Amino acid sequence: MSDDKNVIITKALTKTYGKARGIEHVDLCVKEGEFFGFMGPNGAGKSTTIRVLLGLLPRSDGQAYVFGLDSWADKVSILKRIGYLPSESFYYPRMKVKDILHLSEKLHGINCKKSREELCERLQLDPDRRVEELSFGNRKKVGIVAALQHQPELLILDEPTSGLDPLMQKVFFDILCERNAAGTTVFMSSHVLSEVQNYCHRGAIIKQGNIIASGNLDEWKKSGIRKVNFRGNADVQSLPDVKNLTVIGTQISFLYDGDVQTLLRILANGNVSDVTIQEPDLEEIFLHYYEEV
Amino acid sequence: MVVFLHELRQNRLVVTIWTLSIAFFLATCVMLFPQMKDSMGDLNASFSSMGAFTEAFGMDRLNFTTLIGFYGVECSNIIGIGGAFFAAMIGISSLSKEEKDHTVEFLLTHPISRDRVMAEKLLSLVMELVLMNFVVLLVAIASIRMIGEDIPWKEIFLLHGANAFLQLELVFLCFGISAFLKKHGFGIGLGIAIILYFLNLIANITEEAKFLKHLTPFGYADAADLVTEGKMDVTQICFGILVSVLVTLAGWIRYRRKDLP
Repeated sequence: MSDDKNVIITKALTKTYGKARGIEHVDLCVKEGEFFGFMGPNGAGKSTTIRVLLGLLPRSDGQAYVFGLDSWADKVSILKRIGYLPSESFYYPRMKVKDILHLSEKLHGINCKKSREELCERLQLDPDRRVEELSFGNRKKVGIVAALQHQPELLILDEPTSGLDPLMQKVFFDILCERNAAGTTVFMSSHVLSEVQNYCHRGAIIKQGNIIASGNLDEWKKSGIRKVNFRGNADVQSLPDVKNLTVIGTQISFLYDGDVQTLLRILANGNVSDVTIQEPDLEEIFLHYYEEV
Repeated sequence: MVVFLHELRQNRLVVTIWTLSIAFFLATCVMLFPQMKDSMGDLNASFSSMGAFTEAFGMDRLNFTTLIGFYGVECSNIIGIGGAFFAAMIGISSLSKEEKDHTVEFLLTHPISRDRVMAEKLLSLVMELVLMNFVVLLVAIASIRMIGEDIPWKEIFLLHGANAFLQLELVFLCFGISAFLKKHGFGIGLGIAIILYFLNLIANITEEAKFLKHLTPFGYADAADLVTEGKMDVTQICFGILVSVLVTLAGWIRYRRKDLP
């Protein structure tokens, strides 16, 4: 894996729907071999960004490159090397699962019988069933096999685990980790932050169409933000950098992004019986950014 | 040709049902002719003197007691209306059904260009029309043979050929319009076919509305004109094809940069 080899780059990428906002000035950089988490709530612009990268939507402004190629002009060359899993998978209802997967194989022009059979077995997907008979979760499995069977260099996954039961989620992430270890770049949008925390190296947070934070997830945790929990009374209101203050009885917790000496002085001056200061988890960092911007 | 074959497979049920339906009604109609011929003497005079209704269906110019006269009035309408509805339906839904059913995301996230998808879809529509017309023509010829009548080859080819052009024009027209739609658009497709059909009926009724004949493909597929003149109006066919190709081109340009769901 070459650190400076970028698989996805967007520069001031903008997509508008008439006067409505889609995404604005999105700057993203995903390096080869990375497991990248793209976070944001519903309607933040995750799917719009992905659709622009896949050539389903023409961009309104800015630039988007995948494998160094223009995402709109060179989309056919790009899509040969991509596996895409949509958040909701829709297929031709009268077709059987095996026909869908075979159609996908033919559109890629690659024989992937062995890989397909292996994936169907691991995901417990019956290829002889008709698509119209499948549950949401099983349709998702069809999407996973279709996205992975041709051994793409880049996987773009939009809310990949919605509809999958916890056991299947584990199988799915095992497969993703194997592929990632073998060199496949994974770009995963999700609002399940625990997934991103457990599997991703780097990430970006999008809010109302704008990227509000991006970088290495470990570095985010090691940044100045700390989660403070204590029992008792202290004048935390006087602290200038307190976020997400929660008071349940005498139990008080908050995110703190200020001077540690000031924090300790305030706690020492109060009546505190127990205190923990720890790195926040991704969800807390996410909320921190969302309330900050 | 993956999309071409996929489209044929997807539409095989619709094509089979429409082809068999049109062929069945056509054959049934032809089979009625021997019975009708014997009792037609008086009826022919009646049909020829029903004013606007007579003119609308060209019965003032076709002899109901001859096979080609009967075929032109009765059977040609079955092919004309049935074929036009079929063409409009498959044309209007070709692109829009993928958006309505959200399957366009599956299709276009594979390494295939929108140009290629449109080209292969259009080709599959033309192939479906060819298949339908071929079967209907064979059934028409077989039915005429079965009732022991001589086959009026020239007129049969003229009638079926003109209807094939009519369907081709409609399929291109509706395909082009389909690129602008996000929903299925069946109503729009069938509406276009019905309006164009009635334009020809109105043109046949009054001299003042004769110009409408040039606005609808039913004008050059009018059985009374084809049988009495013994040739197709090539200029009007070319004009019709040109208009539908222009609409297709507009749809093509639109679809190339369309936001897809």
